[in-house]
Amino acid sequence: MTNHMDQMDIEHTQSVDMMLNMGPQHPSTHGVFRMLLRIDGEVVVDAEPHIGYLHRGSEKLCEGEQYHQVVTLFDRLDYISNFNNEWVFCRAVEKLMGVEVPQRAEYIRVILAELNRIASHLLFLGTFGLDAGAMTPVMFAFRARERIQGFFEAVSGARMMHNYFHIGGVKEDVPHNFNDLLSSLLLDLRKDVEECDRLLSFNEVFVARTKGVGEIDLETALDYGWTGPSLRACGLEYDVRKAEPYSIYNLFEFEVPVARDGDCWDRYYVRVLEMYESLSIIEQAFSGIPDGPVMALGRRLIRPPKGDVYVRAENPRGEIGVYLVSDGTDKPYRVKVRPPSFCSLSALRHLVRDTYIADAVVILGSLDIVLGEVDR
Amino acid sequence: MSVSAILMMAMWLLSLFTILSLVVLSLIWIERKFLGRLQRRLGPTRTGPFGLMQPVADAVKLVLKEDMLPSWADKAIFWVAPLLVLVPSFMIWVTIPATEGLVVQNLEMGLFVIVALLILSILGILLAGWGSANKYGALGGLRAAAQLVSYEVPLVMVVVSIAILVQSMDLRIIVASQLPLATAQSILGEANQSNVAFNHIGVPLVLIFPLGLVLFLIAGLAEVGRIPFDIYFAESEIVGGPFVEYSGAHWAVFFLAEYINTFVVAALVALLFLAGWHGPLLPPLLWFLIKTYSVILVIYWIRGTFPRLRIDQLMAFGWKGMIPLSFVGVVITSVYRFYDWPNWSLSLMSLTTLAVVGYWMYFKFTRPVIKLARSYGREPGRSRSAR
Repeated sequence: MTNHMDQMDIEHTQSVDMMLNMGPQHPSTHGVFRMLLRIDGEVVVDAEPHIGYLHRGSEKLCEGEQYHQVVTLFDRLDYISNFNNEWVFCRAVEKLMGVEVPQRAEYIRVILAELNRIASHLLFLGTFGLDAGAMTPVMFAFRARERIQGFFEAVSGARMMHNYFHIGGVKEDVPHNFNDLLSSLLLDLRKDVEECDRLLSFNEVFVARTKGVGEIDLETALDYGWTGPSLRACGLEYDVRKAEPYSIYNLFEFEVPVARDGDCWDRYYVRVLEMYESLSIIEQAFSGIPDGPVMALGRRLIRPPKGDVYVRAENPRGEIGVYLVSDGTDKPYRVKVRPPSFCSLSALRHLVRDTYIADAVVILGSLDIVLGEVDR
Repeated sequence: MSVSAILMMAMWLLSLFTILSLVVLSLIWIERKFLGRLQRRLGPTRTGPFGLMQPVADAVKLVLKEDMLPSWADKAIFWVAPLLVLVPSFMIWVTIPATEGLVVQNLEMGLFVIVALLILSILGILLAGWGSANKYGALGGLRAAAQLVSYEVPLVMVVVSIAILVQSMDLRIIVASQLPLATAQSILGEANQSNVAFNHIGVPLVLIFPLGLVLFLIAGLAEVGRIPFDIYFAESEIVGGPFVEYSGAHWAVFFLAEYINTFVVAALVALLFLAGWHGPLLPPLLWFLIKTYSVILVIYWIRGTFPRLRIDQLMAFGWKGMIPLSFVGVVITSVYRFYDWPNWSLSLMSLTTLAVVGYWMYFKFTRPVIKLARSYGREPGRSRSAR
């Protein structure tokens, strides 16, 4: 009996790439995302993203609901930053109807939306640390985020899915101890954000894992339709709050942080810097909050005039756009959402090619996707 | 061998098993509490006072869970692999002395046996990854093989350096050599009739060979797969690697082995570098436990601080950093022994090497980070408002 090894034709032996299915039940696919990785040893040769596991037909559902009910559906798009989502839909209807929102409501909206931006970025910071293998940042970040969620509960009655922004203002005025709650929250929050930043940003191993990984140049990023922090990490200073100021953002002084290289660490660090800017916006808004009504329309059935409108806003993940068509009834004729996560996710295949498996996880984490908004 | 001797040995082994299980329970509790405190949590509080019964509750839960066998798995390999990991890690303890007399069977080649048995657990992990017929498992098993084999080399080289230093592989002699001469002779005179020749050092080895301690601790961390070297079961990448298909009691067995191995590394650090069970006032066993658990706390502290390395970084660190350094360690200890230089010369050589390495690490890792931070107007480790 000859040895099996002798019979093997070494010259015609070829290695076959392995298909590795990652998700939808994988701890670091951030929800129900699935990617098929073609790997050669530890190197990712190709990746095929599969989305749609969280598809609920949100856009179609909007057509069957009255305008004030649609707000709850927008809560569930990007479920990490609910206020920002509610806000953009309310603004679309308000623009269509030509409603002027009371100043106090605008201030409340800005404060809550910026707090929500910080909460969202804190969640990103924690989970990104986890993706890189650090287990402490997530605890620190969640502790800070819990404070914000508690504040949201005090204001709107819910920790998530608030349904607090209504068309024409906010549902009701803030609680009587709003000032005390917010000032103590701001004190704690600044400390907490600094702590998280100090813990992770300049850790040698963390920088070694993320710097230079998943680099993308500005042109490619623009081609993929990137917006928000991910785009600003490539060096372009583009922020809807500055480029096309909406609400009362032109009253506040804040910077738009940018980075240069467009790698994972830059995408991370831009978000960290944004938290500081958001804190400064909240402080400015808090000191200038006026008295007065918080609702322009009262509680009545909303029937915008016939027509269509496109509204965009700066969400924590980038630019969200809402295209709204009204046929003059109490229900929208068509609602189209342009989600920022979808665009950043579309570059995944480009980014993870020829990286390591561990890098693929970090790159996906650095895009900061929320599947609720990708799949809709 | 007489019946009584066999009975005696069986009793020793049984008590060893019991004690090690207790140690593992304590390690789990300490890890959860200590990590909790590091992360500003309380850790477990609901199970008994201070959550002391948490490991017991975990164990009960694990044992009661269903043992799953994936339908494509290689059944025999799948069931044998946990044992292949567990048995060597228990066998190591046969020859690790906790005090002068508290050892199941002291061996003259004790250190050699320990290192040999440590290597065996690689096989179990590799087979577990292969046998579970899971791609994550296979990836994890291969990662484990690559990592453990490469970090075995510096570990062995440090052991070789110590053997050169002390001229013995008997752990009791290694500990005794770190004591003042009179104490060492009286102890060895009682315990060791054969009057083995050894090189007397007189101070804990950490003082004259700190390079060895650093290398041994890092290689030990990699051997037991602790953060930042936990790439072979990296939860966020390959979801537990070789253990992904295991559940219930078999998973608990891996868990047990991992903690026993952690304890082995900590105990070896205490024995080889920190003069083992010797110390003033307190009884020897207590000193041994204090030293070992302190090392364990350092391991947990590292776990709470660092992210995980990538596989290429890990291998580069091992082959370009650890292995050459461990050979440097062997060379300087040999020179020290051959020319019979005084102790401080070895300390000096060791510290010089460490300083060079420290500078290189600073140059390679910390300086880019500082540059990066400064380019954003920051100092690393300080908050933004303090600029």
